[in-house]
This record gives sequence, C-alpha cells and structure tokens, in this order.
Amino acid sequence: MAFKGAIDIDKEKCKGCAVCVANCPTASIQLSKMVNNKGYHYAEMVGEGCIGCSSCAIVCPDSVISVYRIKI
Amino acid sequence: MNIEDIKKPENLVYSKTPLLTDAVMHYCPGCSHGVVHKLVAEVIEEMGIQDKTVGISPVGCSVFAYNYIDIDWQQAAHGRAPALATAVKRLNPEKYVFTYQGDGDLCSIGTAEIIHACARGENILVIFINNGIYGMTGGQMAPTTLLGMKTSTTPYGRDAKLNGFPMVIAPMIAELDGTAYITRQSVHTAAAARKAKAAIRKGLEYSVKGVGLSFVEIVATCNSGWKLSPVEANRWMVENMFPKYPIGDIKDVLKDK
Ligand SMILES: Cc1ncc(C[n+]2csc(CCOP(=O)(O)OP(=O)(O)O)c2C)c(N)n1
Ligand code: SF4
Ligand code: SF4
Repeated sequence: MAFKGAIDIDKEKCKGCAVCVANCPTASIQLSKMVNNKGYHYAEMVGEGCIGCSSCAIVCPDSVISVYRIKI
Repeated sequence: MNIEDIKKPENLVYSKTPLLTDAVMHYCPGCSHGVVHKLVAEVIEEMGIQDKTVGISPVGCSVFAYNYIDIDWQQAAHGRAPALATAVKRLNPEKYVFTYQGDGDLCSIGTAEIIHACARGENILVIFINNGIYGMTGGQMAPTTLLGMKTSTTPYGRDAKLNGFPMVIAPMIAELDGTAYITRQSVHTAAAARKAKAAIRKGLEYSVKGVGLSFVEIVATCNSGWKLSPVEANRWMVENMFPKYPIGDIKDVLKDK
C-alpha cells in the first residue's frame, strides 16, 4: 500500500526554524524565498512527493503544520 | 489526484491539538520547549484529563507555559515547582499534577526541592528540560553544562578545575526509593518525539497510581544560547549531549508487573 500526502502550513505563525525540512524523508518541504509578516522564511510544501507521514508536523515546535493523507 | 484534492477534512491525519491555545509561543525558532509543550497537550487530550490536570510552571524560558496549554496551572518561585506540586497533589490527590522545569531551575537553585520530593515519593510527574544552559537569562553556564562547552560565563569552555563537573541528576534520584519511573528522551526527530510522548503519558498515569515520583528528562536544545541554528543544535545535541546524558529508561518499578 502506498500513500500520498499533502500539508497545510500556517505561514504567518511559522518561524522558519527548518527542523521540519531536516526531518522530511521525501524532501517535500523547504523554506520559501519569500518572508512572512514577521520576516521569517516560512516553510512550504514542494513537489508531489509528500507521503503524509506527519514527521514535519510532529517536530514543529510551533505546531503550524496540518497533514492530509490518502491511500493510493 | 492533485494536492488540493487531498486536503479534505476526511483525509486529515495530523493537526494542532485543541489543548494548545492559539497564542503564538514566545520561544526562539526551533526551541525544544515548543515540541515538548505539544506532546504534553496531546497526551492530556488523548487521556481526556483536561479538567483533572494541574501543571506547575518554573522560572526560565518556560515560565509562560500556562499561556499555551489549556489546563489549570500554578507558577512557582525559581526551583520550587516540586514543593508547590507536593501541596497541590496532597490537597487534590485525584488530580494529575506535573512540574515542567529547566535544568537551571531544577538542578541549581531547586536541587533541594527535587531531591526531597523524590525522597518523599510524591505522586507527581516531573518533566525536566535539560538544554545544558540558562536560556532565559542569556546563556550562562548551568550545572548541566558539558565540560568544554562555551557559554556566556564560560567563554573558553567549562573547565572542571574552575567550574566543577556536570550534574547528572537522573541516576542520582534513581537511588531513592521514592522514585517510580525515570527516563531520558529527546524530541529532535519524529521517532524520538513519539517515544517522549509515550514516556510523558506513562509518567502521568503513574502519578495517580500511588507508586511515587516519575521523572521524564528531555535532553533538549537551546539553539540561541548555544549560538547554532536549530538544525545544527539538534546535531550538536546528538553528538555531545547524548554521550553524557544517554537516552533510555533508568528506572521503572512497575515494569513486568
Ligand atoms: C531567585 C532567582 N534567581 C535567579 C533568577 C534568574 N533566572 C531566571 S531564569 C534562570 C535560569 C533558567 O534556566 P533553565 O532553568 O535551564 O531554563 P531555560 O531558560 O534554559 O529553559 C535564572 C538563573 C531568578 N529569576 N530568580
Ligand atoms: S508529511 Fe512527511 S513527507 Fe509530507 S512534507 Fe511532512 S515530513 Fe515530508
Ligand atoms: S533562549 Fe533557548 S531555551 Fe529559551 S526560548 Fe530561546 S532557544 Fe528556547
């Protein structure tokens, strides 16, 4: 069974710490080139490789990531 | 299927627990405190004990923990959280009572309180965030600071001759008959955070079983005090903190019972 995932990031609450980036097994999350209203490079989802494992969300100190997952 | 089609309520598998308030945490980006707060909130939600839990916040960066986890709280004078928790628990024996303390708070000014609470076998959970430094006050040496580690008060690195040796509290209190469960965990990866969450849950469960004090140490980072990026701080912790403060269970009186 395989999974496909997607994440939502509350970009105004993200502080750009990049701990999620280091924890993603599929390199599906990175820091944006843009900054949010506080001046942080917020995390954003990239590509189609997300498997919805929730690793990024679990290690996020500010709990700004929601994860969706479907079976394919 | 495209990404936006996956983002439907029925496919949601992980989101912020409602026990965390919407307040923006004052912690530095990447600080371990935020992850541990979330784990505590998730455990309390999953156990359904929101109205039966009382937290005691310390002096240190996590003094404002009461702004973030939606339960009853008391805030203790520096190091005195185990004494306050003793009173709260003895007056309300049916409640789940825990302290949340940094290493400066617990291992320095509060050494007497933690050791005597352990010796008395108080039925509380102590969550101990060991980041090896005083975060709140600007990164001074803590009793837990590693030998050779640079801090604002040990700019050339901690020197045993001048500053003494690191305090390793968990095995010390394991010797006391009043402690029930002692473990060391971390929250730098998802796998580590899951184990830390299970440990926090076990500690809270033990706190109403009358078996004594539970102590969950989280080996943590203070990336601002350590002057590293959050990701580098996690790496430095694994390489330098883990050899001195190894991860794993130290004592569990109910194991195999
Ligand atoms: C009686 C008293 N002494 C000293 C202080 C200064 N002080 C505030 S927080 C702190 C130490 C915090 O370090 P730690 O407990 O490791 O928590 P962290 O900030 O690293 O999470 C100190 C010494 C104080 N507030 N009160
Ligand atoms: S859910 Fe897993 S795969 Fe998807 S972005 Fe987060 S860490 Fe990466
Ligand atoms: S000073 Fe250190 S312990 Fe305090 S919030 Fe910043 S990173 Fe966390």
